[in-house]
Amino acid sequence: MLLKLENISKSFSGHQALKDVSIEIEQGEIFGLLGPNGAGKTTLIRIINQIIKQDSGNVLLNNNPITKKDIEKIGYLPEERGLYKKMTILDQAIYLAGLKGVHKKEAKNSLKYWLEKFELLPWANKKVEDLSKGMQQKIQFIVTVLHKPKLLILDEPFSGFDPVNTNLIKQEILNLKENGTTIIFSTHNMASVEEVCEKIALINKSEKIISGTVNDVRKSYGKNEFTVGFEGNLIAFTNSLWTNFELLDNKQQNGHTVARVKSTNGSGLNKLAESILPVVNIKFMEEKLPSMHDIFIQEVSGKSNQKSNI
Amino acid sequence: MNKIWLIIKREYTTRVKKKSFLLLTILGPILMAGLFVFVAWLGMEENEAQKILVIDDQYPAFQKIKGGLNIEYDYGDYTLEQAKQNFESSSYTAVLYLPENITYANSAILYFKKQPSLFSVKNIENSVEKIVEDLKLDLFKIDRETFEKVNTNFHLNAVKFSDTGSENAVDLEKNAVGFIFGLFIYMFIFLYGVQVMRGVIEEKTSRIVEVIVCSVRPFQLMMGKIIGVALVGFTQFFIWIILTLTLYTVAFQIVLATQYGADTLGPSSQISADIINQVQSNPGFNSKMLLEQDNIINRINFPLMLSMFAFYFLGGYLLYSAMFAAIGSAVDSETDVQQFMLPVTLPLVAAYIISIFVIQNPEGPAAFWFSIIPFTSPIVMMTRLAVGIGDGGIPYWEVGLSMGILIITFFIIVWLAAKIYDVGILMYGKKPSLKELYKWLKQSS
Repeated sequence: MLLKLENISKSFSGHQALKDVSIEIEQGEIFGLLGPNGAGKTTLIRIINQIIKQDSGNVLLNNNPITKKDIEKIGYLPEERGLYKKMTILDQAIYLAGLKGVHKKEAKNSLKYWLEKFELLPWANKKVEDLSKGMQQKIQFIVTVLHKPKLLILDEPFSGFDPVNTNLIKQEILNLKENGTTIIFSTHNMASVEEVCEKIALINKSEKIISGTVNDVRKSYGKNEFTVGFEGNLIAFTNSLWTNFELLDNKQQNGHTVARVKSTNGSGLNKLAESILPVVNIKFMEEKLPSMHDIFIQEVSGKSNQKSNI
Repeated sequence: MNKIWLIIKREYTTRVKKKSFLLLTILGPILMAGLFVFVAWLGMEENEAQKILVIDDQYPAFQKIKGGLNIEYDYGDYTLEQAKQNFESSSYTAVLYLPENITYANSAILYFKKQPSLFSVKNIENSVEKIVEDLKLDLFKIDRETFEKVNTNFHLNAVKFSDTGSENAVDLEKNAVGFIFGLFIYMFIFLYGVQVMRGVIEEKTSRIVEVIVCSVRPFQLMMGKIIGVALVGFTQFFIWIILTLTLYTVAFQIVLATQYGADTLGPSSQISADIINQVQSNPGFNSKMLLEQDNIINRINFPLMLSMFAFYFLGGYLLYSAMFAAIGSAVDSETDVQQFMLPVTLPLVAAYIISIFVIQNPEGPAAFWFSIIPFTSPIVMMTRLAVGIGDGGIPYWEVGLSMGILIITFFIIVWLAAKIYDVGILMYGKKPSLKELYKWLKQSS
């Protein structure tokens, strides 16, 4: 389903938690909701869940204001995980699914499917407190998706998982997306954002400061730098750059030279290839885009520096 | 509605399935009964056989002193000094010294090696008293028959005047029974109220509350928990009443059996036989007391008391548990509850103390006002209710007013508590002050 947030604002006793935030998330898309701690992500998620009411703005689902019934179709994995420690997995799953309006029998079947997938079936009648931390995290993921939500909100879904299980969960998230589930993915792990998200929004100090597809965002932060790997004479290479590019640095790697060059007049990758093709043997070349990690740090610490200077 | 039912069901089943619940429910009445038996047994066990040397300064009348169960008297022709010297090495457990002036002083001295039981002392006292009485009768030339006629045991019956014509005595015993009901309400409000608070804190600290309030309104979650725990309480009462009745019946059967001489019942029958013997051989310990105890049980209107108990327990519990839920939502862990507990527990403890005074003065202004004020009425009114409602008891309008105000206050408190709860369950990190709780009240509206 299509989720649209229009001009959401919210303040708590004098503190503005969200200021005029608008976001649009398409059906079947993985949307990264990024931001430092305390930026207002959790507040935004709670507003989508209608746990708290926005002061102004609209939450629209398929262009209609969100209703209580719609919320049953949302699955939410909060950052701070929690289950009833003294309840068995089976009872817990039936209870939580029941609160989402899922019939007992359906919940049981669905639980069986997921437990089998995660190899946890023998644990179905064990209490949560008897499970290892990793298993508890898996159960938490399972109860989040048990009622087949159309919109899935995952807050730091990979925290507490080892690399093997991280991959397992990642694969399941991608599967869910393939089946048409819209996913909001909130995390500090920028590597995973580049890996799974199509679009992102970065929230800092209650405001949305960047949004768009991951590629567009990275490109817009690009500094016209390129990396070229080649075999041949470095001096000839440097000369061929002419006035369009300048060489930043170079190093020897696996028998060829890897050079970093910067465009001085906005010339692109094609122009670079054209210039150096006659003189060296190109192994690879790419435009060097800043990682989401770099962009995040630049934006967040930059903004807070500005603030602290005032 | 369906969802609140799910919550109630979960709160109920997880608690009822707990081992501690089973243990408390089944062992509770047995432990209570056991405690009574133990206390009674202690009283008897102490009652060792006494062999007493009687030293008499003047009156050979005391030669007539008769021993009873476990007490044997030896009339010795010694002076007190002689007796004292040889006491340590003798087989006597005590020396009873009856001084010359006994008919004036009305007292004697009992020297003992090991503290005799209260029961034995009373027994000896009665025996001596009887003989001193005889001595005095002789002295004043009064025959026993006349004395019995003159000897008066006066009793004042304080009776409440009621214009409907029926009369009813101010009845300390009944009020004491009422107080026990009130005491139970006091204990259970605490017991179950704190369970609600713990439940809220558990959900908050385990963060599951955030998942649940996506599916249900916080108010539903709070009420589901409160109602679920209330049902646990009623289940416990129900089992307790049945168990107590069973135990009572069984115990009664045993006492009856021993009274009619069936000594095939084993050691327990021996004990009961002893009690009966002692009672019979001891004129001071009159059996009227036993009969009266039986009476008070028959005189109380138990169906009324139990239904009133159900109402006032439910009313008081709902009122307080809503406040306990609000406290639970405001804190991050159980160690932080102290500062909020005081304002909630204070009226509860006050109600308990007030009802101790109400036993003796059930008609005073304190009794009236505190059984109207909803924060104390469940306990104070319960203490007064054993005398009944209407005719000679508490006026209907008073009980009605108390109940009505309790219900209304309950709705107001739940409404306020829900507001604090709404904000509290999603608030982490800092410990709020009472002032902040007040802010939350306004914030959520």
